[in-house]
Amino acid sequence: MSNYYESNDLKKFGAIGKHAKGLADDFFKYYGNVTGTDGALTRREKALIALAVSHAQKCPYCIDAYTTQCLENGANPEQMMEAVHVAAVMQAGITLVHSVQMQNHLDKLVL
Amino acid sequence: MNHDFETQLRKAGIELPPLAVETLQVNITKLCNQQCRHCHVDASPARSEMMSPEGIAKCLEILERHPGIAKLDITGGAPELHPGFRGFVERARALGRHVMVRHNLTVQLDPHPQTGASMEYLPEFFARRRVEVISSLPYYQQYFTDAQRGNGVFGKSIEAMKRLNAQGYGVEGSGLALNLVYNPVGPYLPPAQAALEADYKRELKAKFGVLFNGLFTITNMPINRFRLHLQKTGQLEPYMDKLLAAFNPAAAEGVMCRSLISVGHDGRIYDCDFNQMLEMDAADRDGKPLSIFDFDFERALGRRIRFGEHCLGCTAGAGSSCGGATA
Repeated sequence: MSNYYESNDLKKFGAIGKHAKGLADDFFKYYGNVTGTDGALTRREKALIALAVSHAQKCPYCIDAYTTQCLENGANPEQMMEAVHVAAVMQAGITLVHSVQMQNHLDKLVL
Repeated sequence: MNHDFETQLRKAGIELPPLAVETLQVNITKLCNQQCRHCHVDASPARSEMMSPEGIAKCLEILERHPGIAKLDITGGAPELHPGFRGFVERARALGRHVMVRHNLTVQLDPHPQTGASMEYLPEFFARRRVEVISSLPYYQQYFTDAQRGNGVFGKSIEAMKRLNAQGYGVEGSGLALNLVYNPVGPYLPPAQAALEADYKRELKAKFGVLFNGLFTITNMPINRFRLHLQKTGQLEPYMDKLLAAFNPAAAEGVMCRSLISVGHDGRIYDCDFNQMLEMDAADRDGKPLSIFDFDFERALGRRIRFGEHCLGCTAGAGSSCGGATA
């Protein structure tokens, strides 16, 4: 293998059950129940959330998978890009809100 | 991965004999004013195949002789570009048949690619003959629609739908049906039909004041122009794997080839429009190819449907047919 994150490896996700299979089975059942069904949230809404998380976590497998999932659930590029912006502003906000900590400490240090 | 369709049927314990011949689907020309990137017919303004007047007369004779074939589904290309189109519709309606036209919307507004004639009469013609209009619109926004069907197609499609609405199409109580067709704009499966129809209705009405009746979701078949695109971009194998993984026995039971026959411009008979484009002739139990020129209802009904790996497109997920999802 010449690179990390080979796109063909996405197909091997099921192979995480090669060891500790019971735990993998539990995970995939939970995964399917959460993402594969309409509940209080529609599958489209869940796919858009997953797309945003994929970007926040910078997972190329998930970005590919959930771009397709969004399309297969009728989402459009505007909705998908807005979801990514939600991830982006959350990350920016999380960074910025820590500046309160900086200011608190600054206040302590400065005479 | 093995993409053999009949292996899937055997694994699921399913047999798919023909159930009826309720619909005569006739592809009268490959000529089209558009050249869509996914088109399984490879239709374009450069194509010239046309059904002969004798072929159209034979189709009408079949309809007259067999009242059980209740529907005539006219497709192409853009079937309106055939010089015998209007007569075909009028005579089939006079026989009391339900007539569906696969109308690409923009053909109303583009001049005829061969003659330059205006086609703006079509909405009024459809309404007068009470034809069911079935039109492709890959999405309720411009981006996907123009990507698949060509620049400017979305705007023209909206204008054409407004003209159909003005004749009563899509308007409640008019009895004039305008149904839209959704195709994915790439190698992925269609969304759930009912939810997407609700989106289309809400968005098209709110943004453009356009009305329609139903939405049919159709999966892209891995044949001809779309297959070539998949091959060129290295996506054919993953797409076939996706269709295979989504094989749905319930969708298989409802495949359209069990209730229709498809007729090519030269009169040859096929199990569906896709088999027609792959030149997989339908044959009777004795292996003799079926044709409108020696049509026999029992031979057609008794045929064994021919399957190929492309059939996985009709059985994936919620299924796919010319009338939308099947499961």
